[in-house]
Amino acid sequence: MKFVDEFRDPAKARVLVDNINTLVRRIPLCATRPLQLMEVCGGHTHSIFKYGIEQMLPDCIELVHGPGCPVCVLPMGRVDDCVALAERPNIIFTTFGDAMRVPGSRKSLLQAKAEGADIRMVYSPMDALRIARDNPDREVVFFALGFETTMPSTALTILRAEAEGVENFAVFCNHITIIPTIKAILDSPELTLDGFLGPGHVSMVIGSEPYQFIARHYRKPLVIAGFEPLDILQSVWMVLNQIAEGRSDVENQYQRVVPDRGNNPALAAVSKVFQLRAFFEWRGLGSIDHSGVRLQDGYARFDAERKYPVPNLKIADPKACQCGEVLKGAIKPWQCKVFGTACTPETPMGSLMVSSEGACAAVYSYGRIDLVDVLRAREAAKPNAPREQQT
Amino acid sequence: MCVGIPGQIVAIIDADTDTAMVEIGGIRRAINIACVTDAHRNHEQCIGAWVLVHVGFAMSRIDEDEAMKTLELLRELGEMAEEMRWIQGGPQ
Ligand code: SF4
Repeated sequence: MKFVDEFRDPAKARVLVDNINTLVRRIPLCATRPLQLMEVCGGHTHSIFKYGIEQMLPDCIELVHGPGCPVCVLPMGRVDDCVALAERPNIIFTTFGDAMRVPGSRKSLLQAKAEGADIRMVYSPMDALRIARDNPDREVVFFALGFETTMPSTALTILRAEAEGVENFAVFCNHITIIPTIKAILDSPELTLDGFLGPGHVSMVIGSEPYQFIARHYRKPLVIAGFEPLDILQSVWMVLNQIAEGRSDVENQYQRVVPDRGNNPALAAVSKVFQLRAFFEWRGLGSIDHSGVRLQDGYARFDAERKYPVPNLKIADPKACQCGEVLKGAIKPWQCKVFGTACTPETPMGSLMVSSEGACAAVYSYGRIDLVDVLRAREAAKPNAPREQQT
Repeated sequence: MCVGIPGQIVAIIDADTDTAMVEIGGIRRAINIACVTDAHRNHEQCIGAWVLVHVGFAMSRIDEDEAMKTLELLRELGEMAEEMRWIQGGPQ
């Protein structure tokens, strides 16, 4: 498969890395502090760790792993709400598999299922609608989550439910939107980001126009990037090129999938069904204005939050969790106190360990840092006896 | 959830509900294609097209090379088996 090799071609990667090295020498800022580039999308985070892309880059470039994994930013309170809904009598609670293991304050959906709640994993919201059709005497709730990539699928499913007059179907809407989130990150005083790798598949829906404020107002470069190792290297090079030339533009490296105008039918369905919430709570990041959506009033009968009492509790993350600091790029995943010990992909404490797109799980699975060393050092620093470690 | 999985539209099941049969990694599944049709491309014209499928919805047209690359990437990332399990299983 020639095209595949093309995207893994080590010779091409080397040329790109050489170009990047030449470029950073032309950026005076690099001599004073590392340049911080944030990849917003969890898919990029996964690729970056899998292929060891950070190790290929010069030391003066630091990749900050952004909040672009919807499962990872789900606050505990929302998981508790899911469990509460799922444990109501007569409810069939449907969810993507990714969300099953996210810890709530009492239990995860997986534990609730084991205890008898009727929770079913689905591949698509359309499957949830089919379950509703097949079980007219039960109430079916679909746990909708994700950025703009999955928002249209929920919207189109609700439109279908409406057209078919399905009455026993509702959506627990946890969709989040990328632009206010990036804005919150840019306004956060702890961060000094120099540029962004824009999310590939969110952009496939929203296009490149909504990012313009980042370039114009905040004067930061953003390059919409594909997921192949060479895509990411090329996108890093494009961001650096802008910095070297003193530009801040929105560029699209992933043109073969992302049209600059986005996807019209998808956007039309989204604006028909959803409206912005005043604010939405994020794990580790707190409340971000206008960062979530809910159903428009015209679709209230499909809105689980209006159909059923949802506790809507605010639950603080466990003290030991440092997910927020990792999400903001303030610390690296392995610097979290419980990384690899109390928190592993098998027993996640924070949600960054749950999804393969979470920074902690990515480091744990592929991390080139020597895990054994980190864990030994940590054990040695502890006063109590060491325990068996998996590595 | 975020990377999506490439498939090829092989038949239209029901144009009224934008439902098409899409072959994904050797498995056929009903997929909604509302987001890849428009005034210039009706349903029939989509047959044979490669699309990127997210949670049961075709979200973007891609060319065959891109489809092969993405499939390979998913395989390497270890995401392919997982996705296929969901696609195949549907609701239990
Ligand atoms: S190691 Fe666990 S608790 Fe710590 S930041 Fe990562 S996911 Fe959160």
